[in-house]
Order: sequence, then C-alpha cells, then structure tokens
Amino acid sequence: MKKNSFLMVFALIAAVLAIGCGGGGEQAAAPAQQADSAPAATPGPAVTGGGTVVGSVRYVNGDPDAAIGMDADPVCASLHPGEVHTEKVVTDDDGNLANVLVYVKSGLEGKSFPVPATAHVLDQMGCQYRPHISGVQVGQKLVIRNSDPTLHNVHARPSANKEFNQGQPFQGMELEHTFDQAEVMVPFKCDVHPWMSSYMAVLDHPFFGVSDEQGGFGIENLPAGSYVLEAWHEEFGTQTAEVTVVDGEPAQVSFDFSPDAVAPAG
Amino acid sequence: MFSDTPFLRGIHRLAVLLAGYVVLLITAGGLVKSLEAGLSVPDWPLSYGMLNPPRWWEIETVRAEHGHRLIAGTVLLLTLWLATWIIRREPRKWVRGIAVAALAAVLAQAALGGITVLFFLPTAISVSHAGLAQLFLCLLVVLAVVTSRRWVSGEGARNPAAPVGRVVPLATTTTVVIYLQILLGAVMRHTGAGLAIPDFPLAFGGLIPPRIDFAIGIHFAHRMGALVVATLIFWTLGRVMRLASQERVAVTPAWLLALMVLVQGTLGGLVVLTGKAVLPNTLHVGGGALLLALSLVLTLMTRRLDWIARQAGTEAETEAAGILSPEQAVS
Ligand SMILES: [Cu+2]
Repeated sequence: MKKNSFLMVFALIAAVLAIGCGGGGEQAAAPAQQADSAPAATPGPAVTGGGTVVGSVRYVNGDPDAAIGMDADPVCASLHPGEVHTEKVVTDDDGNLANVLVYVKSGLEGKSFPVPATAHVLDQMGCQYRPHISGVQVGQKLVIRNSDPTLHNVHARPSANKEFNQGQPFQGMELEHTFDQAEVMVPFKCDVHPWMSSYMAVLDHPFFGVSDEQGGFGIENLPAGSYVLEAWHEEFGTQTAEVTVVDGEPAQVSFDFSPDAVAPAG
Repeated sequence: MFSDTPFLRGIHRLAVLLAGYVVLLITAGGLVKSLEAGLSVPDWPLSYGMLNPPRWWEIETVRAEHGHRLIAGTVLLLTLWLATWIIRREPRKWVRGIAVAALAAVLAQAALGGITVLFFLPTAISVSHAGLAQLFLCLLVVLAVVTSRRWVSGEGARNPAAPVGRVVPLATTTTVVIYLQILLGAVMRHTGAGLAIPDFPLAFGGLIPPRIDFAIGIHFAHRMGALVVATLIFWTLGRVMRLASQERVAVTPAWLLALMVLVQGTLGGLVVLTGKAVLPNTLHVGGGALLLALSLVLTLMTRRLDWIARQAGTEAETEAAGILSPEQAVS
C-alpha cells in the first residue's frame, strides 16, 4: 500500500511536469519553397486577343469595418500596434467596395484554358490571410505559407473539393495544394485564431478579378462574346450582370451592393 | 454482519481521485467546445507533429485543445494503473470486470477523440465522445463507491428499521434521466442549437416556443429535461430526508444534488443570456458531470443499504427456521 501511494504521487508529479513542459518541441521548418508571390488574383497565362472588362463595385452605407481583438494569441496582438479589422466590409470614403470577387459565371461553356504555371500564394501574415479574397484555377498550384512567428492551422472547408486541415507550427513553413473541382467559394479558416478567414474561388478559367481599395477590378483578354458576370461578396451575397465583349474594346460593368441600390448597371 | 472483503485504501483513494480528475477532464472538453477549438490542433495523436506544440500554453484555443489532450493522457495512464491494481488485488470478480470496462471505455474514448479531430468534428462522433465520457465517469464512480470502507464493511443502515429501499427506484430513475439530459445537451451543443431559443427563462416571450424546428425542439427539450431533473432531485431529497435521514451516505449526496441542480440551472440560463459566454458554457458541462456522479453515488449507496437489509432479513428467517446460515456473500 505504501509503495502504491508513493507511485500515485509520482504519477501526479509526472503529469504536472508533462503539462508544464510545453513548447519544448524543436523541429526544423520546412524549406521555403520558391513560389512567386501573387496579387489578389493570380492571372492565368496570356490569352491574347479579346477585350477587357473593367468596372467598379460600390457599397454606400458608412458602417465601418468591425475591429478584431487578437488577445487570444499574444504574438498576434504584438504584430498589430494599431487597430485591426475583419476586412469583411472594406470601403473608401466614396463608398467604393473592396474584396468583391467578379468572375465570368457563364458564357465560356465548352472552352478550356491552360492552367497557369505560376503558383497562387495564400499567406498568413500578422495572423490574417493575405489575400482575404482571391481566386485560383482548377489544377493550379496553391502555396500556403506561414509568415508569422506563431502557429496556424490551415483549414479549408470546400463543398465540392476535399476538406483539409493542416498545421503550420513554424514561421516560413509552406504547404502545397491543388483543387480539382471548380467552386465559388472555398472558405479558409484558422481554428487557432477564430478571426482568421479567407475565401478562394476555384474556377476552370482565368477570367476573374477582385475589387481593390478603390472598388476597381479588371478581367483581361476575355474572348469576344456575351457573358454573365457574377460579383460575390462575403456579407452581401451575389449580383450578376450581362456584358458583351468586342475585340479590342474595354467593356464597362459596375455593381452596387448599397442597401438602396437598384439592379446593377450592365 | 460483516463481510470479509478487504478494504483497500490505496485503490479506493486512487479511484476517488481519478473520478474527480475525470470531472475536470470533462470540463476541459467542454472548454474546447465552448471556444470552438476542437480543430485548432489539426493532427492526432501528436499535436503539430510534436508532443507539445510551440507556445501552446499562450494561445487560448491551443491551450484548451492541447491541455485537454494532456489531461486525457494522464487519465488514461491513471486508469491503466487503477485497473492493473484492482485486477491484482481485488477479490470480487465483478469489481475486476468493471475495472476492465473502465479501461476499455477510456481507450474507446481516446479513439473517438482522435477520430472526431481527423474527420473535422462530425456531429455523431462528437456527441458520442461527450456521451461516452459520462459513462466512463460512471464506471469510475462505481469503482470509487464499491471500494469505499462503508461499502466493503457490509455495515447496514444506521437505523435498521429505515425503509431505505424505497429511495432506490427514485434515485435510479434520477441517475438515468440526468444521463439522458446530458445527452440532449450534447446534441444541442454539437448541432449549434444553444441559442436556438434566444431568451430565458421564457421561450420567445412565451411558455412554449411558437414554432418548432430541430434546433428549437432539441433546445426546448433540454429545458424541459432540466425541469424534470430538478423535480426528481427534490423529490429524491424529500424521500431521503423522510426515510433515511440518519444515513449520511444518502443525505450528503441528496443535499449536494439539490444545491448543484440550482447552480446548474443558473449556469444554463447564463449560457443563453450571455450569448454562450465561455465561462458559464464550460462550467455547465462540468456541472452536468458532477450531478450525474452525485446521483450515481446516492443510487449505489441506497442500493447497498437496501441489499444488506434484505440479506439480514433472509438470514433472520433462515435462523428462525433452524437452518445453518450460509456464509455471507462475497460482495
Ligand atoms: Cu492562425
């Protein structure tokens, strides 16, 4: 009995020590893979000819983008001396709306397009995804990078493609993935940092763009023809517009997600 | 009348300690769900490929999930130790059987925990993980109670005339209903129905919800279940005080049950009113486990006293008939 009581105390101490000795693991970060950093939307290979669609997205309301607190991870908090925002509703003073994906929804049926040779990069920087909204082509290499001195898990939650959840415990780690089904959108989340979110469109063509800080987007080298464009926003849903592209002439499209806006101008 | 079952103090203490530790483990599991941190460590059984991921203690979500795994690992080892000890030293075969069942349960529980992480928290697996946790706790409570000095001494009721047996069906029902209520709560939590009825204590401003869908239905069932549990607990308390007021082993758990069910109801209300704030949401899970454990202690002890009283009755009859009394049963 004496011996067993002693063992019991020993096991408890061992358990406490095991809990106390967190963070001892050392493991080399995966070698940084060379992947070209890409803007919000990685353009496909040059599809020559055709026309360009340019446009703008608006949202006039005045609600500021909500702030996020990153106290749940002190490293994340230390990376942001100022306020951080969700990036969900990003507008400038004139009511131009950023982070809207605009893509060709129909009109390209039966056509196929080469897969870009460059990788699309989704970075985790300052405990936020960069970019917040982006697009990638089916079969295109996607590189997911951890640029932060903290750990992240990359949790993609598609419906048509396969769900995955992978850990990136060290700064500089990268993982590669390709999607094999077109789908708008694939949500990404980090379960370590509940505020982290990103949406990625997977398309079987290169004709998409994401609105910038001034609400502007561009879709280049779209073959002449008639198309339905869809604008997708994570809070406001979708809008569609018809557009006819003529060789060598830029076509104009605008979307307006304002609460009192009328149907989008084609 | 005294049994010849030895009182093994070390085993009893370890069983009590382990049961308490499992209440803590269940609460830690509740914290993982309250923080939605179940996938913050994406791999299993290692965490980020390591025994301890970097800075896990500093990051709220990882601390919850990895901490849950560390406590669980410790519980697994302690259960292995307890089971081995019981198998070696315990003379009662059925107690050894329960020890083996506890070991099997904790292994199955660990596997469910791993599966739910690797398959992105399917509701059925997460609910099973929550439900099996409580069964495992029950097995440990049984081990702790049946190895207690009072149990093995074979000592009967303080007042031999007290009809303690009449508490047994009520206490047993209470235990079963508490378990079912916990299962309802688990389904509610893991289907995201915790705020399906946004007000408390009323439901959409009335006594019953104006419309029922799955989420509202399961949420409302859990609220009604709480009323049933509270009624059963106070009924049990009344019966214990009336029929067995000298039995400390019945009175103490009965009073604790009554106190805890009030705390638990308050916590449940706070979960709704605070919009699922982490603290009440987590403590509510631990409270459920504690209620189940207390109710099981009461059930087992009243059953034991009743059994001893029946044995004594049989013995007296046998003696009256002039037949040699048989050896006292092992248990
Ligand atoms: Cu993260």
